[in-house]
Amino acid sequence: MSRSWMRLRSLRRSAYRQVGNLAKIVTDVVCPFCGTLCDDLEVALDDSGEKILEVYNACAIGAAKFLHSQAEDRLTRPQMKQEDGSWKEVTYDEAVEYTAQMLIDAKKPLMYGWSSTSCSAQSVGSELGEVVGACMDNTATVCHGSSLIAVQDVGIPSATLGEIANRADRVVFWGCNPAHAHPRHMSRYSIFPRGFFTGKGSKSRKMVVVDPRRTDTAKMADIHLQLEQGHDYELLSAIRVAIRGEKLPKTVAGIPAETIYEVAETLKSGRFAVIFFGMGVTQSLGKNHNIDIAIAVTRDLNDYTKAAIIPMRGHYNVTGSGQVWGWQFGFPFCLDLSRGFARYNPGDSSSNDLLIRDEVDAAFVLGSDPGAHFPVGSVRKIAQMPSVCIDPHITPTSAVSKLHVPVAFVGVEVGGCAYRMDNVPIETRKVVEPPEGMLTDEEFLTMVLKRVKEMKGAA
Amino acid sequence: MTDYIIRNGFVYDPVLGINGDIMDVAVRDGKIVDAGDVTKATEIDASGMTVMAAAVDIHAHVAGPKVNVGRNFRPEDKLFNCNVGSGVKRMEAGFSVPTTIRTGYLYARMGFGFSMEAAMPPLYARHTHEEIVDTPIIDQGALPVFGNNWFVLEYIKENEVENTAAYIAWLLAQTKGYGVKCVNPGGTESWGWGMNCETVDDVVPYFDVTPRQIVDGLIAANEMLGLPHCMHVHGNSLGEPGNYGVTLDTLKIAEGHKPNNEFGRESVLHHTHLQFHCYGGESYASKSFESKSKEVMDYVNSTDNITFDLGVVTLDETTTMTADGPFEFHLSHMNSLKWANTDVELETGSGIVPFIYNPKTFIAGAQWAVGLELGLLVKDPMKAYVTTDAPNAGPLMRYPRVYKWLMSAKAREDMLNNVLKYGDSIRARCYIGELDREISLYELAMMTRAGPAKTLGLGHMFGSLKAGLEGDVAVYPYNPESDTDDPEKIEYAFGNCATLIKGGELIIKEGEVVSNGRQKRTFWVNAKTNENPVVERDISEKFKRYYTVTQNNYTVEGHHYMPNPYVIEVDATK
Ligand code: SF4
Ligand SMILES: [Zn+2]
Repeated sequence: MSRSWMRLRSLRRSAYRQVGNLAKIVTDVVCPFCGTLCDDLEVALDDSGEKILEVYNACAIGAAKFLHSQAEDRLTRPQMKQEDGSWKEVTYDEAVEYTAQMLIDAKKPLMYGWSSTSCSAQSVGSELGEVVGACMDNTATVCHGSSLIAVQDVGIPSATLGEIANRADRVVFWGCNPAHAHPRHMSRYSIFPRGFFTGKGSKSRKMVVVDPRRTDTAKMADIHLQLEQGHDYELLSAIRVAIRGEKLPKTVAGIPAETIYEVAETLKSGRFAVIFFGMGVTQSLGKNHNIDIAIAVTRDLNDYTKAAIIPMRGHYNVTGSGQVWGWQFGFPFCLDLSRGFARYNPGDSSSNDLLIRDEVDAAFVLGSDPGAHFPVGSVRKIAQMPSVCIDPHITPTSAVSKLHVPVAFVGVEVGGCAYRMDNVPIETRKVVEPPEGMLTDEEFLTMVLKRVKEMKGAA
Repeated sequence: MTDYIIRNGFVYDPVLGINGDIMDVAVRDGKIVDAGDVTKATEIDASGMTVMAAAVDIHAHVAGPKVNVGRNFRPEDKLFNCNVGSGVKRMEAGFSVPTTIRTGYLYARMGFGFSMEAAMPPLYARHTHEEIVDTPIIDQGALPVFGNNWFVLEYIKENEVENTAAYIAWLLAQTKGYGVKCVNPGGTESWGWGMNCETVDDVVPYFDVTPRQIVDGLIAANEMLGLPHCMHVHGNSLGEPGNYGVTLDTLKIAEGHKPNNEFGRESVLHHTHLQFHCYGGESYASKSFESKSKEVMDYVNSTDNITFDLGVVTLDETTTMTADGPFEFHLSHMNSLKWANTDVELETGSGIVPFIYNPKTFIAGAQWAVGLELGLLVKDPMKAYVTTDAPNAGPLMRYPRVYKWLMSAKAREDMLNNVLKYGDSIRARCYIGELDREISLYELAMMTRAGPAKTLGLGHMFGSLKAGLEGDVAVYPYNPESDTDDPEKIEYAFGNCATLIKGGELIIKEGEVVSNGRQKRTFWVNAKTNENPVVERDISEKFKRYYTVTQNNYTVEGHHYMPNPYVIEVDATK
C-alpha cells in the first residue's frame, strides 16, 4: 500500500471566498475539537493568508482552538528533556531517531491517544504499532470504551445526526451536558433544527434530560429526571418495565413511578425517539451495563415506534481511531499487538491496567493528554519510563515526557479525515500554513515508521 | 516490469472458447500478450494445474461503515481466526468479517483480481474508500445506494428520468461510485418510520411512490446514462417465505428496457443474492417452506436482459449486513442476537446481525439448496455469478466450497446424506435432489470471470486471457484430468492458488503472498451529463436545509481517498 500520497497537503479550491480586497474567508471549515464536528465554520485570514483573524459560526471552545494555534510562544521544534529537568531543542531527525530507538528497544511499548488526529495519521500509526508490537489504545479507554463494549454485547440501533434533525420528536440526553461539552449539538442536530419532518423545530420536540445535577441542559428540558447519583441502571430498567406497561415500585432511583410512566409514554407516543448519552452514564457505577440497558430500551422502543441511540463522543476523531483499528485489526480500542496478532481484552489490554501492572516499558502519546485525564498512578508510571509526546501544545503529558514533538494542528494547518460521533466521516480542512519547517504528525509517524523498518532490517 | 510466461497449464477461457487446452499464457508490461510476444520472461511452470484469468466478484460487502460495525461489534469473530504477520504480510484477523488486510489476502489466495463493494451509503463514501485503500492487492469499486434516496424518490414520483439520471451522475462523481445499487426499494425509507415495503406496489410513506416505480426509474436512468454496470437490485421482502412472487414482479420490471452502453453489457437488471428471494410457502417450517428456484429460473432463462448472483448459504456462523434496515430488525427478532442499525439522512439505512446457519435445522439446509439450485438451473452460465453475498449467506473465504458443491453432485449428496440433519425433507421441499448437473471448469470460468466482468462493463479489462486485457492470471493446483476423484480437491485448489499475477505483478508465488501489490486501483465512473439547473438547485437546497454536512464537505476528493483511481468516462450529453 503506497503511502506517498500522504504527503499531499493541498488546499481545496471551493473553500475560498474573497471578501472585498480585505480579509480572505475560508468557508466550510471543520472544527477539530469535539465530536459534534461542525463543518460550517468560516475563518477570516489576514491579507497574507497566514494569520487567522476571526472564526465565525464556531462555539467559544471551537473558536479558541483555531485562535490558540496562532499563539506567539508556540513551540515549533522538538524538545528533549535533560538530566537536570530543563528542555533542549533538537531536530526532527533526532526526534525520529529517539522515538524509533525507544520503540525498538521496548519490550512492549504503549502507544496511546490517537483521538485528536486524522485517520491517515492513525493508519500510519497502526502500521508502526504493528511493526514494533505495541499495545495501542485510544481515549475511549477512559470515556466511551464502556459503550463500545456494550455494543459488542447487544448491538446498537442508531442513526446519523441528520436523521435526528429531520425526524426526531423525542430527544433524551442521558448523563450528558451538551450545553457545555458539545455546545452546538442542540442547535445543529438535536433540538432546534427545522428538519424535513420537524418543521416546527424545538416546538416539534419533547426534550427529556436525565442527570443528577440541574445542568444548563437540564434547565431546558420538558422533563428533567433528577435521579440519584449512580442509579442509572435501575432507572433504565424501570423505563423498560414502564414501556411494557408492567408494574413499578413507588419510586425508582428517587424518581416517582408516575413520572417514569409519563416518560415511557412520551417516548412511545413519539414518531421517532433518540437517546444521546455521555460520560455521566458510561463512567458511573455500572459502566457498560448501563449502556447495555440503555440500548435495550432503544430496542424495545422500536417495537412501538422508531428509536435510535447515539453516544456523545468527546474528542473530534476518537471515533475515527476506533474505525481505523476496526478495519486494520478488528477491534476499536485496547489493542495488544505484541504477539504478532491483535488481542483485545479490556481490563487487561487497556492502557491504565497495563501501566499500573508495569506491563509496558515505554510510552508514546499522540493526540491526547493522559497526563490530564489518567489517574495519578498511571501518569507517574509514564513519567518513569522512556516516553515521547507528540502534541502541538505543551500539556501535562508533554511535561512528564522525555521528548516532546510539536506538530502542525490537524484541521487548522493540515487536513485529514475525521469521524463525527455518528461515524460520518468528514475531511477537515487546512486553513493556514504551519510555522516554517514544522512537520505534521502523519509526516513524523511516516519518518519513524521508515526508520523502524530500517533498524529492524539491519538487526 | 517483469514479464511472465505461465507454461503448460490447462487453460479455461470462455471468452476465447478455450476449454482446458494445454497452453502458455504470457504477461508483458502488466497486460496479457500472445505467448509468442515475450522473450525474456520469467517462467512459471503450471503443468498439471488449472489456469484462468483472475476472478471478478460482482457483489460482496468487504469495505465500509456496516462492514466495520460488523468487525468492531463482533470480537468473537476474531477468536481463533487470525494470522500472524510475516515477511511482507501484515497481521490478519476475522472469519466472517475479515480485516481489510485479510480481505486482500483472501481474495488473492482465491485468485481474484477485482471486487465490487456492494453497497456504499453516499454520506459514508469516505469511509468505504478509506477501507478500500487499506485493502491490499485487488482492484475495487463501490456501488452507492439509490433505492431510498430522497432525490430519487421525488424525481421518480414525477416521472423525471432525466433528472434522476443527472442526479445519479452527480452523486457518482461526488462519492467516486461505480454504479446504481438499489436495496429494498422504498422499504428502507419506510424504515425511517419503522415501516417497510413488502411488495413492489407498497407505497413509501410521504413520498408516495412504489418500489416498482423506483426500480423502473432507476433502470431507465441507468440506461439513459449508458453506465458500464446495470441497475443492481436487492428486491423487497428478502428472506420472507413466499417472496418469490415479489421477486418475479421485480424481475419483470426489466421487460421493455434495453441495454444502452458501449461496454458490451447485455443486462439491464442484475438481481443480487437471488437465493434469498426464491422462497415459497408461508413459514420456515418444513411443512410449509418450499424452494421456488425453478419458477424463478424458468422466467430468468426466458429473458435476455437479466443477470443475477447466487448468494449461496454456506452453513456457517456469519454476520449479516445490509442496507435493508427493516430486514435486519426482523432478523434480530427471530434470533434475538445483537442488532446494529444506522439510518442515514436523506439516503439509506443499514442493519447488522450475527447469524448462525445451522445445518441441523431444516431451513438453513433448504436455503443452502435454493442457492445451489439457481446455479444448476441456469441455462446460460454467463448470467449467473457465484457469490455468498459475503458475509450475508456465508463468509468470503467459503467461495471455493461453493464451487465444490456446484461442480460435484457427489459433494451435494454427501451434504444431504451426512451433514444436513433434514436431508430428506430438504429433498422433498426443494429441487436439489433432482439436479445432477455438475458445473464444469469452463462454466465456472463463466460464472466467476467472464460473466461478472461483462455485466460490470469491465469485459474489456477483466475476465479473460485475451491479449490486451489486464495481466491478471490465477493458477490453481488442480489437475482437471486426475483430480476429479475427490471434490475436496476443488475446494482446496480454489482457496490456495499456486500463482497469482495481478496487473503484471507477481503476488502469489508457489502458494505464498510475496507482495502487497503496488498498483491497487479504485474504479469509479464519471458520467458527463448536460447542465441541469433544476437538479443543481435541488441539490443545493437539500444541503442547506436537510443535510448535516455542507455541500462542499460532501464531495470525496481524490488524494488520499483514492491514491490510484481508475476513472471510466461516460458521455451522456448526447
Ligand atoms: S460544538 Fe464542538 S465541533 Fe462544534 S464548534 Fe463547538 S467545539 Fe467545535
Ligand atoms: Zn449484499
